Amino acid sequence: MTDALSKVTHTQKAATVNPLKSSQPLGAALAFLGVANAMPLFHGTQGCTSFALVLIGRHYKEVIPIQTTAMDEVAAILGGADHLEEAILNLKKRTNPALIGVCTTALVETRGEDFAGELKLIHERRGNELAGTEIVLAQTPDFAGSIEEGWSKATTAIIEGVVPKGETRVSPERINILPGSHLTVADLEAIRDTVEAFGLEPTILPDISGSLDGKVAERWIPTSNGGVAVEDIRTMGGAVHTIAIGEQMRRPAEALKARTKVPYTLFDTLTGLAATDRFVALLAEISGRPVPARVRRARAQLEDAMLDGHFHFGGKRVAIAAEPDLLYAMARFFAGLGAEVSCAVSASGASPILEAVPAADVVVGDLDDFETRAEGCDLLVTHSHGRQASERLGIPLMHIGFPIFDRLGAQHRHTALYEGTRDLVFEVANIVQAHHVPRTPAELDPFRDHGDTHVGRPQTAAH
Amino acid sequence: MLKDKIKAAFDEPACPTNRAKAAGERAKGCSKPLTPGAAAGGCAYDGAKISLQPITDAAHLVHGPLACEGNSWDNRGSGSSGSDIWRRSFTTDLTELDIVTGTGEKKLYKAIREISTRFKPAAVFVYSTCVTALIGDDIDAVCKHASAKYGLPVIPVHSPGFAGSKNLGNKLAGNALLDHVIGTHQPDDVSPTDVVILGEFNLAGEFWMVKPLLDKLGIRVRTCVPGDARYLDVAAAHTANVTMVVCSTALIGLARRMEERWGIPYFEGSFYGITDTSESLRRLARLLVERGAPADLVERTEALIAAEEARAWARLEPYRARLAGKRVLLNTGGVKSWSIVAALMELGMEFVGTSVKKSTVEDKMRVQILLREEAHAFEGMAPRDLYAQLKGGDADIMLSGGRTQFIALKARVPWLDINQERIHPYAGYDGTVELVRQIDISISNPVWDEVRAPAPWDTEGRLTDRHVSHFTMDDDADAADPTFAARHRRKFANSRVDNTDPEYLAHHRKKFAGHAADDIGDD
Repeated sequence: MTDALSKVTHTQKAATVNPLKSSQPLGAALAFLGVANAMPLFHGTQGCTSFALVLIGRHYKEVIPIQTTAMDEVAAILGGADHLEEAILNLKKRTNPALIGVCTTALVETRGEDFAGELKLIHERRGNELAGTEIVLAQTPDFAGSIEEGWSKATTAIIEGVVPKGETRVSPERINILPGSHLTVADLEAIRDTVEAFGLEPTILPDISGSLDGKVAERWIPTSNGGVAVEDIRTMGGAVHTIAIGEQMRRPAEALKARTKVPYTLFDTLTGLAATDRFVALLAEISGRPVPARVRRARAQLEDAMLDGHFHFGGKRVAIAAEPDLLYAMARFFAGLGAEVSCAVSASGASPILEAVPAADVVVGDLDDFETRAEGCDLLVTHSHGRQASERLGIPLMHIGFPIFDRLGAQHRHTALYEGTRDLVFEVANIVQAHHVPRTPAELDPFRDHGDTHVGRPQTAAH
Repeated sequence: MLKDKIKAAFDEPACPTNRAKAAGERAKGCSKPLTPGAAAGGCAYDGAKISLQPITDAAHLVHGPLACEGNSWDNRGSGSSGSDIWRRSFTTDLTELDIVTGTGEKKLYKAIREISTRFKPAAVFVYSTCVTALIGDDIDAVCKHASAKYGLPVIPVHSPGFAGSKNLGNKLAGNALLDHVIGTHQPDDVSPTDVVILGEFNLAGEFWMVKPLLDKLGIRVRTCVPGDARYLDVAAAHTANVTMVVCSTALIGLARRMEERWGIPYFEGSFYGITDTSESLRRLARLLVERGAPADLVERTEALIAAEEARAWARLEPYRARLAGKRVLLNTGGVKSWSIVAALMELGMEFVGTSVKKSTVEDKMRVQILLREEAHAFEGMAPRDLYAQLKGGDADIMLSGGRTQFIALKARVPWLDINQERIHPYAGYDGTVELVRQIDISISNPVWDEVRAPAPWDTEGRLTDRHVSHFTMDDDADAADPTFAARHRRKFANSRVDNTDPEYLAHHRKKFAGHAADDIGDD
């Protein structure tokens, strides 16, 4: 990138007003849900679990399997190891999951227990009873990070817990895909289709496209219904290459490489023409096959969408609030079509990708920071909690990220590759056109303020 | 008779094209015979409808089968500061049975009744179409009868599509106003500074950028036809002291006849571009003073012009550096080409061509004076030639109407709508700044670089040398690694690339010497 680095600032408020981020263990739970027959287990009080469970349910409109170690007052003081053991044994007995993903919460992390040691002891004592169930640990206290970090840590934990160290026989057609938490179910399906179109076999970790895609099962399934199989994870060392998507996935990609020597390529975004070109070219190179006609046609369609849609981006001011990788992907998308990202708010400040966000300033803050900085913009881009700002500012809201609870189908929206970028172009253009307010005589009066003619609003939707 | 009306429309001594013709030529009228199989553009009905429809508080009822109205409604962005009745689409939607049994007139009469009782318009304009003209529906009689019965003006507009071009339709609409509307209302607030603006459509509300200038000078716009016009104001147009014609090809005939009938002098002007806006204000002031307005109007106008021009040029200055040397292809007849050409040339932009298809002789002369080279002015261009010129990189931007929009976009060339469907207001001083701003926004959009970059594969989908290899085989450290995996990876890599090309191999090794393959992008 030739863009100048953006300035990343942290707001100095004591009170967070209208939080932008969701908690780290929630992100870890989502990642664990991308493994087939898995059960996320929050090590904390009941509330930690139920809030996360309800919020994920509001987004995906699904019953979400997440269990809790149900820490009580005594455990909070004396330690939660026996709660953890009891929870694991109960889950094994009642649901027999292939994987239990332990997500620690702020409570137990504040106590500061040796969770890895406890799990080791549990395994030693109860190894026979727990046979056939992988137990992995993601240390995800609520007081740090957000969804991205939780997702990244859980994926890393799965790799370190399941993939054996050392090199194995390589299957030239197998590749690993490590998608970031910002990709939707539809994105993962599109990535899989594209990879398979080159005759390659993808192992996607985590793969929420199998489990959180919203389907009606014929029987009650107490664990995640679909996702990547533990057996497939175990053999990821036999892949010829790993493709990681989003800066957040560098950690798991590195972990996999350290264990198995499978090299990786990290894509900072898969949204946009150029990014998708690189992805597709990489697949062509790995497979040695030409780019299939339908992929080439999708590219041509995206080009046309960009040409038809750019009118609704040029000169517009956009405010985006999201987690770092999504913020970066959306900011690149808008800037690439001629919009100005005049307000960029990140849910967390740890990611190095923030410096590459094409905006003058990136504020690490909340939706209140977003609202105060978004005034005068043409479009707000954030999750459903941005609706208050949208109402108060009178600026339309484009829903992205998590949670989206006041719109249906968030998991089935395409946001990556040629099709996803094409759909995003149309979505933005349609929002802009739907909110066109014709200018009034007063707004066009040359003597109104002797200022600039631009009043920050799109004018009409006549195309 | 329709024939007489068309003949009257063609008899236009004020039209410079007409004046330039020999007597024999003039008798033939100005309808250019269309070439079947190679014609483009709207019909006379289209022209009449767009000339009148922005009259905001009137209902516009199209008498004919569906296509005439059903395929064309709600396609223009005129601004209204009052009623929105004009945006509703009314048509008698004649069926086969209506046409065969001749019940069209009755249906029209009932339609007028329904519209007048339900929507209470200030007036109803009734447009004939090819079918109703062909089968001989007497819309004059229906309108007259309905008008008396329901107590509101009902105006017949005779402009069936087969009569001729869109331009003819504009003229026929003007004649309908003259025959049935103007002069039918006597206002009680006539002043010596009343003016009429003809042929201004208030697209995207742009006349609202100009009207406050006139207000400030004490010049009252009695009516602006048709943009944001109210019926009664149009009916009182005959009480104005000066007429300014903005789109001369459309309504100059109306201006001349108003001069004949009521002695109102007229001139042609433009509110596009800075100098033309100023010149139009000057001429309005001078003509009003000649007609009895206070003499200081001229001085006040000059003061306003000086202040507004200075402000506009100051606001345009930042664009000079960004736009100087950019090459513009102007492909429209819909606005005063030369007004735009002059404004953009003053900012250092260059014109690689301009269409003069709909321009008058005077327009063409002015364009030629501005562009110096005659070759740059063309009468019209086939889509294929236009595409070739744009694709060849002759222009940095094309300014045109929606019809040629996609030719530019498919050639991956910036395009800005400056015709009737546009969404940005370009009139007056502020509008000129807005036009320049929009050109800048369009040209500087990074999308052009992205869509112009070819895919890193050929037409068969095979990677080209545009693709920089990023697929990392384990590097030299692995060369000594005897494990199967490492050997396999090397073997696999070699099977996929041309390993006999030393340049490729050198590049490949260097690229991945660091081993940690990360962001493969450099954009």
